[in-house]
Amino acid sequence: MLSVVQPTSSWYLILAAVLFGIGAFGVMVRRNPLVMFMCIELMLNAVNLTFVTLATALSDINGQVVVFFVMVVAAAEVVVGLGIIVAIMRRRNGITADDLSALKG
Amino acid sequence: MELFVFVVAALMVLGGALGVITRSNPVHAALSLVLTLFGIAVMFVSHDAQFLAAVQVIVYAGAIVVLFLFVIMLLGVDQTEDVNIEPITVQRPLALIVGVGVMGIVIAAVVASKDLLGHRGDGLNATTMESTDANIRQLARHIFTNNVFAFELTSVLLLVAVLGTVLMARRVKSNGAGK
Repeated sequence: MLSVVQPTSSWYLILAAVLFGIGAFGVMVRRNPLVMFMCIELMLNAVNLTFVTLATALSDINGQVVVFFVMVVAAAEVVVGLGIIVAIMRRRNGITADDLSALKG
Repeated sequence: MELFVFVVAALMVLGGALGVITRSNPVHAALSLVLTLFGIAVMFVSHDAQFLAAVQVIVYAGAIVVLFLFVIMLLGVDQTEDVNIEPITVQRPLALIVGVGVMGIVIAAVVASKDLLGHRGDGLNATTMESTDANIRQLARHIFTNNVFAFELTSVLLLVAVLGTVLMARRVKSNGAGK
């Protein structure tokens, strides 16, 4: 009975779109730079899910190859971003992005 | 069965994502992020991307979230953000409009191409997927033949990222020139 309705590729793509929207909303609303980074990770994962879904739908392994590279870039991005956050927080006490209104250290 | 897996994984993904943007404590947000990443990994498995699912769990849920938690602990866990105040007056309605707008555009595009995507797809060479390591063989063949230059570039990228982070996070000696 349960196998009457099968999830198609559209379902996964719509879920990825919703996840991307949530991530974009979070990046614009939250003020803690760490949580903003997590929302960027949400958006990257939405894109990864889209790539893997289309790799299956179009029978093309290159979608999964792209996801592999996206993961590497995401790891490098998180490392550099958290390094910047730690370097900034060492000089100031503020925790939110609103406190970082001046470029001078 | 596949519908059941999809529903459970979708609930994990959406619940975790909503947790990330609503929790005021960053530790709770990071743990919600783990929930989302595991849901994505389940979806990768259901799309016959076993290698990417394993990498997702190891790299994202393992390394990246642990790095997040490490930095949160380093900066102080008690600094929770008050999510009720809104520093810029119309920021949230505007952000909601932009977020829902992006979502709506992509969903409209998916619905418009329903005849292409309305079926499940044949999968990746369904005849060779019988063996248990077919996915990783196929992926490795494409990475190390067609995309080998990009693969080499990622190693350079990782090296630069590591060096840059060490340089930034290094404590400057106080007896040096300048500050």
